[in-house]
This record gives sequence, C-alpha cells and structure tokens, in this order.
Amino acid sequence: MSIRISKQACTGCGKCLDACPGSLLYRDEAGKAYIRYPQDCWGCTSCLKECAHGAIKFYLGADIGGLGGYLYVKRERDRLHWMICKPDGEQVCITINRWQANQY
Amino acid sequence: MEQAMNLELNLLETDILIIGGGTAGCFAALTCAEHASCKVLIAEKANIKRSGCLAAGVNALNAYIVAGETPESYLDYVRKDSAGVIREDLVYSIAQRLNQVTRKAEAMGLVIQKDADGAYVARGRRNIKINGENIKPLLAAAVGRHDNIQVLNRVNMIDYLVQDNRVIGAYGFSLADNIFYAILAKAVICATGGAAGLYRPNNPGFSRHKLWYSPFNTGAGYAMGIRAGAEMTTMEMRFVALRCKDTIAPTGTIAQGVGAPQINGHGESYERKYGIPSTANRIYSTVRENQAGRGPCYLATKGISKEMEEELFKAYLNMAPAQTLRWIERGLGPSVDNVELEGTEPYIVGGHAASGYWVDRHRATTLAGLYAAGDVAGGSPQKYVTGCFAEGEIAALAALAYIEGQELAAVGHAQIRRKLDEVEQFLQGPAGLYRVEEIEEAMQKVMDVYAGGISAGYVVNSAKLVTAKQRIESLVELSRALRANDLHELLQIYEVIDRLYVCQVVIEHLLARKETRWPCFQENADYPDKDDEHYFKYVNSRYRDGKIEIILREIVKKDEHYEHQD
Repeated sequence: MSIRISKQACTGCGKCLDACPGSLLYRDEAGKAYIRYPQDCWGCTSCLKECAHGAIKFYLGADIGGLGGYLYVKRERDRLHWMICKPDGEQVCITINRWQANQY
Repeated sequence: MEQAMNLELNLLETDILIIGGGTAGCFAALTCAEHASCKVLIAEKANIKRSGCLAAGVNALNAYIVAGETPESYLDYVRKDSAGVIREDLVYSIAQRLNQVTRKAEAMGLVIQKDADGAYVARGRRNIKINGENIKPLLAAAVGRHDNIQVLNRVNMIDYLVQDNRVIGAYGFSLADNIFYAILAKAVICATGGAAGLYRPNNPGFSRHKLWYSPFNTGAGYAMGIRAGAEMTTMEMRFVALRCKDTIAPTGTIAQGVGAPQINGHGESYERKYGIPSTANRIYSTVRENQAGRGPCYLATKGISKEMEEELFKAYLNMAPAQTLRWIERGLGPSVDNVELEGTEPYIVGGHAASGYWVDRHRATTLAGLYAAGDVAGGSPQKYVTGCFAEGEIAALAALAYIEGQELAAVGHAQIRRKLDEVEQFLQGPAGLYRVEEIEEAMQKVMDVYAGGISAGYVVNSAKLVTAKQRIESLVELSRALRANDLHELLQIYEVIDRLYVCQVVIEHLLARKETRWPCFQENADYPDKDDEHYFKYVNSRYRDGKIEIILREIVKKDEHYEHQD
C-alpha cells in the first residue's frame, strides 16, 4: 500500500505535502515531491486528490494481494474522476459527484 | 550523527490551546470561536486539511437519532453493546447533541441525503447517508474562516506544562523548522485521537500502515496525560474491528448497505451461534470459526445486482479507495465474489470502545485546566464522528467557562529549558544499538504474543501479561538511547515512546480486570466468565512516581452529575 509520484508530471506545487496526514511527503533537491517513507503510507489517497496533474499513483502492496494495477485522480470542479488502470492496461473511470450522497 | 542539531525556543501565549486538529479538535475550536472572542490555538502534527481519522473520508454518519429513536434508545444500545460498563452520563450527553451537531456539519457543506420531504435518509437505526469524502477539508475550511483561531500545522506536542497540578500549556516541536514550542494557555483541550500501532498489524511488512484506524494516531494524548498523572479509564477495553481482508476497509457499508450476512467457509451463517450480535461478537464469532477450521469467513455478497456493485465501488472510493482498487484490479467485484473478513489488531480508541481520560460531565480531566474530547476521552463508546463533534462542543463550552477570570500562569525559564534539554538529548551524542523501527517492531511483537494480539486470538492470561509488562519495561529503557538525525526522526522517537507508555497502562488494566467482560476486546483465559459482583466497575489508573496505580470505580448512571472528588 503506497504511492508513486511521477517526477515528469510533478510540477513541485507542494499541495500534496500539506495533504498527507502522516507528513510523509517531502521535496527532493529539484523541488519535486517524493514519499520519504513509502511503508508508512496509510492509503488515504488525500495526495492524489490534491494533485492537479494526476502525478500520483496509488497501488496495493504485493503483500496484500496487489496485482500491479493502480489508481489516480482527475479533478473537474465538483467531480472526481477515479482512474483505475488494471494490470492488463485496461482503464476504468468511476466518476463521483461531490454533491451526491452514498447510496449505502 | 554528523552534527548536533539545536532547537530554537519559541514561547507562545493563547487563551485555549487545542492539541490535535482532527474531528473533535476542529469542532472544539469552532465552538470556542463562535461563543467568545478569545484566542484559540490548534497545534496539529500534520495539516488540519486532511489530518486525523477522516483523511480518506467517511461513508456515513453512524451516530444520529433517526425518526422513532431517542437519546435514551441510543444510550440503551451503547449500554448493551458494552456489557454495561460505560459512563451513562457521558453517552447520554453526547446522544442529546448528535442531531444538532449534524445540522451544523451540513451548514458547513457536508452533503447529506434527503427524502422528498427534506428529511435525512436513514441507513439503519442510528445512521444517515452522506458523501463524506470531503468532510475534513470542510471542517478545516470552517476553522479557516475564524480570525481568532490560529492553526500551527506540523507541530507535534509532546508533554503538558504543569504547575501545582494545573495544566498551564504544553510543549512541542515543529516538523518543518528547528523550533521548540512552549505554549502557555488558560485552558488546554486534548483531542489527539487514540492509539494505533501498539500491536503487530495484520500486514506487518510493506503494508504495515494499512490499518483501519489512523496509523498517525499514536496515543500521544494518552501518553501525555499518563505522564502528567491524569486518571485514565477502561484502557483494557481494546477495540478490534471486523474488516475486509487485506485492505482493512470497513464492512458496515456492505453488511448494512446491501444486507450481506456473515458466512463461514462451509457457506453457513454463523453469527447467531455466539449469542447477541454485538460489535464484539461479530469479531469473536469470526475468530472462533477460523480457529475451528471453518474459515475463511465472508460477507456473502455474491449475487447482488450490478447496480448495487457500482454503488459499492463509489461508496468505498469515498472512504477506503483500496477496496475498490482491489475489486476492479482483480476483475472480481462483490457481485461475483464474496468479501473475505478478518479481525484487525487491537486499537485503543475512545470513540469506539471506552478507553481514555477519566472525565467529569464537562469533559474536565482530573488535572485542572485540562479537558478531553473525541477518541482520547474515555467512558463513552460508539461516539463516531458526530459524537466527537458533540464532545468537542461540550469540552469547548466548559473550557470557555473555566477561563473566565483566569490569568495566564507565569512560567520560569529554567523549567522550559529543562524540557528543551530533554528533547535535545535525542538529537545529540551517539545513538544506541537499536533504531526506532526495531523498538517499534519489538513492542508490537510483545503486545501481539503476550498481551492478546491477533496471533493470540486476542486472549490474555495473567502469566503472559506479566511477561509483556517486563518486556515493555525493557523497551522503555532501550528507547532512551534512540537518536534522531532530523525532525521527522525525532517525531518517530516520540511516537514510539508514547506508544510504550500506553502499552504499559493497557497491560496493567488487562491484569486488573480479572474476568471476561467483552469477547476479543478483553478476554482473560484465567477468568473466562463475566463477574458482575466484582467487576461491574470501571478499571481506572493513575501513574505516580513511575508506578501505575489501579483504582476501581462504581458505575455512573445516566442522570448522575459526576464530579471529580478524590
């Protein structure tokens, strides 16, 4: 359970640093965000939702059955598009409107 | 260590200091700001935007008085679920405020589902449906709208400033700059949350922090109170959660939402075999079925409609995205595959079980000037989010009344300097043999094996607890030789030391309750039965001169107005 931050996609805005409830994210020498303690990630995905560039990917560790798929988020006003990339490369998008309550 | 790091002292003054800007802390700050023009300071070790238990969101409000229910019926439910050992006065005072604080959360922007008549839609007898993904940013934004609330993000508080048995502030350090804070306040509200990471977790390797409870809630508030001599209650009532295997995601959404029953590996429904389906029994029954070789146990979701499945995908993205990722990554959603269950490692958390500070009805602790709210406050289980709001409000109102006419205490420079020296010791000199990670792993193993963790089937006995006590004491000794190279490592040292203090108190409480009151939460093989004659009481404790004293107290009923006496 952890995240990977793409050095190419990260613009160094620093918003994810403030979103991490464990203060696990820091800047590298180039000013880009990285996770200093990957094993200490809770999996809350707060950082994914802060990132306007979809630079942060969330995945399940192999120890908890992860198969190599990952998740990232695209924000669009009141909608969050949760992009799930399956191990075979197929993408699934689940869109959630912030103004709609859960059915369950 | 290359070069000794020094911290610069920063002395701050405020009227009310709130330690921890999570659910209860933010709500307490808002209450203060709305009722008075006093200065409020929130000290938060991360950033209040997403800190605390609500980082990922929450999928429902699970403490609400729905149509046909009353605060009395809520109290009845909590009393039965906890085998009677609750502070009825505290639970009732929370129940009376649940709906009012919910309306306040809605006014902040929380989306709550309503029917055609504008009434909230219930999900069960005590729950309402929401979109809680952004509940924490909403709370943080509400805090930000008040000029008299100052927020110190990335500041980790470590101990109270105490003078003549009165709490007059607290010490902490920044995670961002080399600053040591001494914050003087007329009153302090502790809202740091409970303690995870005491026991070896379900997945101790790479995914060691894939916990249900926040791994960043490290028992700091309990530990600060213990060290200052505050009375603690019911620390033996651990909370074990029934969760989705591997992802440790909540199960209530599936169980309540789509009405999925628990079945064992033979496909049999097993819960009723073990008596009343209380919170503890749902886990106990699952553990016992597995021990008897009838696992794995599941929530039987196979056959639910595709529409239901899609709604579950969304509901989990709003609180525990790992579960949705797992379903989709495997191509096996809940409509085609049952959801496997497991019990978590035990947590100490006063919002679900009853562990925490022993407080009076105003949430005043036994130390003057110190109040407690949320998961760190004891006596009232099943608070959940709205109960933490309610308790934050009660504590804030009491703290406001307390500071009337109260002056800031004067504190000598020497006292502050001594504390700073103590902190700087961890930044200077040669490190001992062990790293903080090794101490943490050792602690979790001791608690797992000897104090009723997962591998022990959650069961304790006196002989094992005595071993646990000795080994944790040795780890406390070893922790003194830990050294930090930077501020994050200093945080890690304080976190493990705080956890060790909490472990010691948990062990003493488990030793003191010589009965079995709650399956899995507190189950003693030497005393397998409930013993109302001797233990229909609270087990409380106080740390004095390096020793933990146990105090048994009589049950406080609904309409008693409990005040601290001795």
